[in-house]
Amino acid sequence: MRQRLTVEAAIEAKSLSKSYKNVSVLKDVSFSVQKGTVFALLGSNGAGKTTTINILTTLTKADGGTATVAGYDIVARPHKVRNEISLTGQFAAVDDRLTGRENLLLIGDLRHVADSTGTAADLLRRFGLEEAADRRVSTFSGGMRRRLDMAMSLIGSPAVIFLDEPTTGFDPQARNEMWRTIHKLAQDGTTVLLTTQHLEEADELADHIAVLHQGRIVASGTAGELKKLVPSGLIELTFHDEEARDAAAQVLGKSYAQAEGEGATLTITTDGTVAHVAGIFVGLEDARIEPTEFSQKVATLDDVFLKITGAGREDE
Amino acid sequence: MTALRHTYHLTIRQVRNFLRQPWFVALSLFQPIVYLLLFGALFKKVVEIPGFTTNSYITFLTPGIVVMSAMFAGGWSGMGLIDDLDRGVMDRFLVAPTSRGAIMLGRVTPQVLTILIQTLIIVGLAVLVGGRFAGGVSGAVMLIVVSTLLSIGVASLSNGVALLLRKEESVIAVVNMVLLPLIFLSSAFLQQNLAPQWIQDIARYNPANWAIEAGRTALSSNATAHTVLTHTLYLLVFAVVCTWLATRAFRSYQRSV
Repeated sequence: MRQRLTVEAAIEAKSLSKSYKNVSVLKDVSFSVQKGTVFALLGSNGAGKTTTINILTTLTKADGGTATVAGYDIVARPHKVRNEISLTGQFAAVDDRLTGRENLLLIGDLRHVADSTGTAADLLRRFGLEEAADRRVSTFSGGMRRRLDMAMSLIGSPAVIFLDEPTTGFDPQARNEMWRTIHKLAQDGTTVLLTTQHLEEADELADHIAVLHQGRIVASGTAGELKKLVPSGLIELTFHDEEARDAAAQVLGKSYAQAEGEGATLTITTDGTVAHVAGIFVGLEDARIEPTEFSQKVATLDDVFLKITGAGREDE
Repeated sequence: MTALRHTYHLTIRQVRNFLRQPWFVALSLFQPIVYLLLFGALFKKVVEIPGFTTNSYITFLTPGIVVMSAMFAGGWSGMGLIDDLDRGVMDRFLVAPTSRGAIMLGRVTPQVLTILIQTLIIVGLAVLVGGRFAGGVSGAVMLIVVSTLLSIGVASLSNGVALLLRKEESVIAVVNMVLLPLIFLSSAFLQQNLAPQWIQDIARYNPANWAIEAGRTALSSNATAHTVLTHTLYLLVFAVVCTWLATRAFRSYQRSV
């Protein structure tokens, strides 16, 4: 019974730190991933995402801190951890000179899968690689290589799957396909830790998101919680001239309208509701001021970082 | 048990990799032939130097070429490892519960196949152009054994260097700057008693020379089992130590990923 309780969290990282030479790349990173959930580490290049994954998958050792994966300490019982996990890196880790099937069989044999042959055949079918199964991987297209790569990660049904930027370099169709695969994994009860540079992707896939910036977790929460941190509902209105813009600003009230740089454009903060936006247009119509252009500003990852890292500085 | 099974699976993979590079296969078979025939022709008259105990240079040269080819085959082993590192294939092996020793051994054992084929071709060709080997089949087998041990040791070192430096240039440098001199500091081309004293001194501690001496003794009629056995023992220790060192290099690699 007690064993059960301790494995509730599929991944538990406590105060992980790591530096290369004298450059500190991870500082006091702690987070916990509940069993059967999808967790996203969101961050730009060099934020420490891959280092975190390398530590948790036993590829490298942290300088400080502890972590358990699938209930096992990553330093004390690395072999146990490896039995429970798989990793899909940023580039397809496939052997070009083997066929698709041979690649799968090799990993199946290394993972002691009882029925390697059957498992391989099943995965080839699932990932639409049946026809190409016995061709050498060097003849595969980029998309096929990525699919094979993902299939190789599913051999032996690992309990925890690590995906390092799983859709980087994908076209929209391939990305959607990958998203479906990840959703399916989550439905089947697999714990997934993925890294991404895209807010949208984290939003789509993850139950819980941690924002990693310069080796620190600067914010974490559900997608909804994080979104509240960035000004959503920003709209931009463009007018004929600055005179019209100033008039509009006066009508709308300075509290939430802000005249910005380039000529006749006005950036307005709304609460994101249709009623609020509609109210603005009604107000302008009453004052007979007609905007020439309307656009909605989408919050980007940059906005998130700007906001969060700015706030982080104030805390210190 | 697990280590053995993993070594087997990884060996099969390496053998497939090797056989599916026809140009590489052709080159590794063609090169020793060129060495045997060219060196054999160039130094034909060396046996006339007073103090040379054989009268056929091809007979003298053959074990040297076999050992040299085996050693170079081992030396290039690290190139494949760097390829695996760059592609992320190594990371996949490391993240799976793969035996660490097997990852190293699995890269090294396929050398046996290469050496076997190379030796058959070289010795066969040598016989065709007039080489005579009184040691016969058992002598040839012994030559293959010592060549394999040397090759395993050298391949492990090459893999260790590859893991530590992670650049193909570093493996190329090791092959050219360490292995090539080892051949000249041995009796591959010239009987040791005719070489300068300092070369003789170094050769005594040169694994390549151990293999050449043991192989040549086993191949020739005046076989003294003692030399063969002691040198084989040295080579066995060399192979074990090198494999251990290469496995250790993993730790350093993993600290730096």
